[in-house]
Amino acid sequence: MKNEPQAMRDVFIETLCQRMKKNKKIFFLSADFGSPKLDRLRFEHKDRFLNVGIAEQNLINVATGLALEGFSVYAYGLAPFISMRAYEQIRVNISLQSQLREININLISVGAGLSYEVSGPTHHCLEDITILRALPGLMFFSPSDWVLAQKLVDFSIKVKKPKYLRFDAKPLPPVCFAKEKIDLNQGFRVLKEGAKLCLVSTGYFTHTAMKVAELLGEEGIAVSVIDVFKLKPFASGLFQQAIKKFNFIVTLEEGFINKGGLDSIVAEIIGTKQRGIELIRLGFNDAYVFDIGNRQQLHKTVNLDQLSILKRVKKILKKSNNQE
Amino acid sequence: MQKRSNKFYGFLKKKSDWARRETLKIHKIAQETRLASSLSAVEIFSVLYYGKLIKFSSQDVRWDKRDRFIISKGHGAISLYPILADLGFLKKEELKDVCKYGSRLGGIPDPVIPGFETINGSLGHGLGVACGIAIALKRKKAKEKVFVLMGDGELYEGSVWEALMFAGEHKLDNLILIVDNNKVCMLDYCHNVIDLEPLGDKFSEFKWQVKRTDGHSVKSLYQAIKDLKDVKSQKPRVLIADTIKGKGVPRLEIDALSHIKNLKAEEVDVLLRGVV
Repeated sequence: MKNEPQAMRDVFIETLCQRMKKNKKIFFLSADFGSPKLDRLRFEHKDRFLNVGIAEQNLINVATGLALEGFSVYAYGLAPFISMRAYEQIRVNISLQSQLREININLISVGAGLSYEVSGPTHHCLEDITILRALPGLMFFSPSDWVLAQKLVDFSIKVKKPKYLRFDAKPLPPVCFAKEKIDLNQGFRVLKEGAKLCLVSTGYFTHTAMKVAELLGEEGIAVSVIDVFKLKPFASGLFQQAIKKFNFIVTLEEGFINKGGLDSIVAEIIGTKQRGIELIRLGFNDAYVFDIGNRQQLHKTVNLDQLSILKRVKKILKKSNNQE
Repeated sequence: MQKRSNKFYGFLKKKSDWARRETLKIHKIAQETRLASSLSAVEIFSVLYYGKLIKFSSQDVRWDKRDRFIISKGHGAISLYPILADLGFLKKEELKDVCKYGSRLGGIPDPVIPGFETINGSLGHGLGVACGIAIALKRKKAKEKVFVLMGDGELYEGSVWEALMFAGEHKLDNLILIVDNNKVCMLDYCHNVIDLEPLGDKFSEFKWQVKRTDGHSVKSLYQAIKDLKDVKSQKPRVLIADTIKGKGVPRLEIDALSHIKNLKAEEVDVLLRGVV
């Protein structure tokens, strides 16, 4: 059971629902967005659940009012809408305000990247890392599996700061089965060790990175994989230590590249502290995806499927070997 | 209803006139302040604070038992500065430094200032935040009320209507909204932009308890707010206070662009010597 695919939101909500039994200061708001597990929460905790309707701006504002009165608030919605429809509400009432008053608001944003593949670009979310990283005071988590998502429940109750939790919508298996200790403050974990090249990924693409590394391993090529699950605040010093030995860093994200996402975080570190590393940014170029298909098919249209990434990585390593 | 004496209303009138003069003095030294918007709300602030319609503690600004007052039209709250100073939230000397380096009193108040609850500079947020506070107070079984001051121009923001629907549906009877209905936004009279009337009907349709009154008569204002506090109804309450933007400055009172008009120091001096 433990190794089965599960949706991050289901595990998160189920665990939170249990915590709500003892902790009477937790309040859950939804912008008319559901989940099978949410049905139980809203039945068991009627007095601390509210559906504000299809109204993301009001979702954030009502969450703010509750948080100012001491509640730990969970505001739940679809990723593109909670992040972009309500961006100014997040900026004013959460980011600005949290600099002056303690508020614990957790934005549960479901549908990272192309999670909702066939719903088209209105329901894809390729911008949230870029735009929400810009807001002071807001913590940004992007877990790659439900194990991490579950760990965020107690963390989010304990740490009384605003947080954005970027969840994939689809059931995914745990990234790895090792019982390694996950350090939420460090915010990244080394999943595989290799010599020259490191794949740095977040969210869904950590699964792709792991598969690419396994396929390379079968050919006798060892590459590293680092899963970044906390993008803000980012543990720059620790990360710089972790990547300094590599010649190549390949970033992988289900988001736009060259405009402030995971690739930019790594570029900022390499650019200011670490010379001699070549950065290859893999993600979505400056265009939306209108194609219809499943996630793997859509990834193939933009050369972000396993095979395309594998080829790309081998090309990088081949070029490097030829130079030596 | 408890009858209040003419002396009481005389006191409120005196305090309002004083706050209006002090607001002009602040504008004289801080030209960046939005004078006309602040002048339309003078009586509203005076009646709430000096009429003791809201519970507050100037010495313990986050006192549990305070009524929460969200001033959503933040730019139009300069007239509250002198009142807060008079009541001990601020030092009176601070009024001489509005908008100056090192002062906490800016052109738009932030919650670094004792007496201000929330961030208010951007319009259309206050009512939704107040809804959250109102729900929280109900869940905590607290008796305190949530007051919100909004401008009529602010009603153009879509987020306001999300909150209006929400408050009506959830019967937030601990929520009292006051609309400073001064009928002018930045570039024109509201009726020339998008006519908001019939405003009372709009609120009624959204399941609100509505009252409307002259927003410069301290007696009418006091009675209307008191009524809204006391009325037995499960609805959120709104007072539409009909006001005049730039009240007390004749040339602003008739100017569709009063929002962005400043008065020169000499003009303020003339007004202060005169009837204001």
